[in-house]
Amino acid sequence: MAKVLVFIDNPGASLKKSSLELLTLARSLGECTVAVNGDLSDGVAAGFAEYGVGSVLRPSVQDLNDYLVAPKAAYVAAAAETSGAGIVLLDNSPEGKEIAARVGIRLNAGVITDVVAVDPDGTAHKSVLAGSYNTACKATTPVSVLTLKANNVTPEPAPAPTTPEIATVDVPNVAAAARITAREQKVASGRPDLTDARIVVAGGRGMDGDFGPVEELADALGAAVGASRAATDAGWISHDAQVGQTGKTVSPQLYISAGISGAIQQKAGMQTAKVIVAVNKDAESPVFEIADFGIIGDVFEVLPQATAEIKKRKG
Amino acid sequence: MKIVVLVKHVPDAQFDRHLSGEGNTADRDESILSELDEYALEAALQLAEARGGSKAGNQVIALSMGPDGAVNAVKKSLQMGATEGVHLTDDALAGSDAAATSLALAAAVRHLGDVDLVITGMASTDGETSLVPAQLAERLGLPQVTFASTLEVDGGRLTARRDADTSSETVEAPLPAVVSVTDQINEPRYPNFKGIIAAKRKSITTLSLADIGVDPSQVGFAGSWTSVASAEQRPPRTAGTIITDEGDAGIKLVDFLAAQKLL
Repeated sequence: MAKVLVFIDNPGASLKKSSLELLTLARSLGECTVAVNGDLSDGVAAGFAEYGVGSVLRPSVQDLNDYLVAPKAAYVAAAAETSGAGIVLLDNSPEGKEIAARVGIRLNAGVITDVVAVDPDGTAHKSVLAGSYNTACKATTPVSVLTLKANNVTPEPAPAPTTPEIATVDVPNVAAAARITAREQKVASGRPDLTDARIVVAGGRGMDGDFGPVEELADALGAAVGASRAATDAGWISHDAQVGQTGKTVSPQLYISAGISGAIQQKAGMQTAKVIVAVNKDAESPVFEIADFGIIGDVFEVLPQATAEIKKRKG
Repeated sequence: MKIVVLVKHVPDAQFDRHLSGEGNTADRDESILSELDEYALEAALQLAEARGGSKAGNQVIALSMGPDGAVNAVKKSLQMGATEGVHLTDDALAGSDAAATSLALAAAVRHLGDVDLVITGMASTDGETSLVPAQLAERLGLPQVTFASTLEVDGGRLTARRDADTSSETVEAPLPAVVSVTDQINEPRYPNFKGIIAAKRKSITTLSLADIGVDPSQVGFAGSWTSVASAEQRPPRTAGTIITDEGDAGIKLVDFLAAQKLL
């Protein structure tokens, strides 16, 4: 049976949904070992048991968080060698992809990012060129390193829980790495992360400086807030919210586009959403060409009305 | 200071883009300098100018790997103000994945001698994998500072700010280093008339794999560690129901969401 290594970075008190997706996929491919960085809390250990993890590896050094990428990659590569993994799975965050990149070089392994599904033979599926092609690709090397996009696997606990063994992996010394000298936590919005969110409400130029209606609709739906580049460049909302070619690509169940015309780069960020809703007062907006449900109307009337209606129905 | 900027000639994202031919690689007609690489070049030019520019011996070398057309990315970089251009081109490079690309680029950077900084964009706008900067750093044994939204160099050290979803980090690294920059770092300049004229006098060095000591079997389809088995054009999304607001569109929107079981 294939051996699969999953890397989970600083899980905190309990496993995130994207981590549960990684563990579920890993179990479908073979015997799962987790390499964890950071504290192994009781909640996380219980999650590993519930998701059928065979063994848990921890790094021999405690300061991986003080450096950028390189030492974490050295740890993951060492963990892959220790566990004899043929497949290494990581999340598709920017840091996850960079760790994967360096692990690939350390293990002479092909790296595939933005993966949405993996066949039992290791063939990975992803979409490229802004969602316009679906491709099947495979590493031609003995080991493959894959980063999985969130929201593509339904988390499922193992049929029977396991009692994972815990072992330590010696982390090789990395001569040159950038040191993190300060870290400033951003104020938590209480909303889901944009890349993992099941629902995204995004606003654009048509919001005219006022993201209030977008945020209120997002909160009523339990959604993340996104924005077009025009809106972030105008300073109406933080750059972190940018969806599209130079921002984040999202693939939620539902994407609500408000006041966004839908130029090709903007479509790029939303094309793989399951359902697209668009609200724009310009009937000629390209976004209507791809919307499942389009409303030609004023965002400042339609969004608040929808928010009020959702609140009413939810009681 | 000697700064190498990686510049890529990519299909223009303003138009529909296609995969074609052997290995399903991107069709490179209608290609331009990757928009995200302009930020990298601007960052390099600002660092060089702050140190007295080329008169004080600062070099900004635009390096592009790719077929004949890729030289256009180098030309545009020279027009913007790069001091030298290098075009790494060889038929054997076609089809290189990130691993093979980083191998060839690492060899080209070594060939250029003592480089203080390699600056790249945050991703290419065609492959969009963001793998190459990190793989290049690993191959060169250098620290990487990726997704930098600010960049300062003082003596032999660089300081940058990097924004993640939940935190912002300040990072420091000794030179030489590999840096990738986001589109938040600066506002790239347009080439002006003087720059366009000056670029005609600047030389572009063409390098082959033999020049940089890379065996053809290490790159291209042969040297890649991943292969694309199939590519299918996604059926275009078709328009669904479009309505015009008559005062109740918000309620109709909620009806639609309820029918789709999305509430």
